[in-house]
Amino acid sequence: MEHQPNHSDPAATTPEAHGEEQHHPGWSTYWKVALILTLITVAEVWAYYIPSFVASRAFVPSLLIMSAVKFVIVVAFYMHLKYDHKLFRALFTGPLLIAALTLISLLFLFGQLVARFGR
Amino acid sequence: MSAPAAHHYTSTGLDSRKIAIWAFIGSECMLFVSLISTYLIYKGRSLVGPYPHDIYTSPSGEVFKPILNIPVTSASTFVLLMSSLFMVLALSAVQNKNLPKRTRGDRILGSSKLWLWGTAIAGTTFLAFQAYEFTSFVHEGLTIRTNLFGSSFFTLTGFHGAHVTAGVIWLVTLLAIDYRRGLGPADAMNVDLAALYWHFVDVVWIVIFTLIYLIQ
Repeated sequence: MEHQPNHSDPAATTPEAHGEEQHHPGWSTYWKVALILTLITVAEVWAYYIPSFVASRAFVPSLLIMSAVKFVIVVAFYMHLKYDHKLFRALFTGPLLIAALTLISLLFLFGQLVARFGR
Repeated sequence: MSAPAAHHYTSTGLDSRKIAIWAFIGSECMLFVSLISTYLIYKGRSLVGPYPHDIYTSPSGEVFKPILNIPVTSASTFVLLMSSLFMVLALSAVQNKNLPKRTRGDRILGSSKLWLWGTAIAGTTFLAFQAYEFTSFVHEGLTIRTNLFGSSFFTLTGFHGAHVTAGVIWLVTLLAIDYRRGLGPADAMNVDLAALYWHFVDVVWIVIFTLIYLIQ
């Protein structure tokens, strides 16, 4: 067996038993994901070249949402975080959350958000 | 090497190398967010041009156009996204190496060498785009010492480029192993670790592309 661990009771310690690697998607899913990522990227660049949209309030939020969707899709499907053990999810989302909160805090302290919301 | 000795299981039943790479990726998140924070904090605070999205006229009357080249960067972004597809297909090919390949399509999809080559070439192409971009910026008067934008931009994208370079070297070592003895299901974890690193580099670029290039 590919992932046979060196334990006395292999059945209780195999990755499958712990849910380390469950069913990964097939190649057709990977191609579909690539198509979705490409379409979102095209939409992002297209939005950049519409001056009226760039000047509108919806421009920045829509770009951030599209970027976040791409981020989540790659992490979930290509990095298999959707299918892997929850410990891996915690190891990634924990620091990511801390980093995101740090970014927002720094922007409030020193960046553009100070001007927008005041000190 | 015997099969049990090749694996590194922890008390959780999970492979320690995979736990390590996820912990490493978590720490890398913090590194890149600190660099992105620096860029965003300094955004719009450069006293002299060139600027990313605005025209700048120097005191001597020299006019600098907006320096970011969106069409070129969009192309390099597409190349990096496709490299992630190639990487995940390479991993799938290694995992399913022992399955019978009846059709030509099966043989193409099952060729780990093809997809590893594709990923390495796409990564190198991305680096070539970045080298072109950096060179053109220097020719247009923007260096790492010109202004706050130049310092934070070159540091951020330079760090990312260094990570892509490390990823390409990793891929080349996998290719060398594949040519030497062939990669099979027993090597799937090694390829998976490289794939996780490669996809992380890709998601970092997804964020950089939006925050630095597209949002004005």
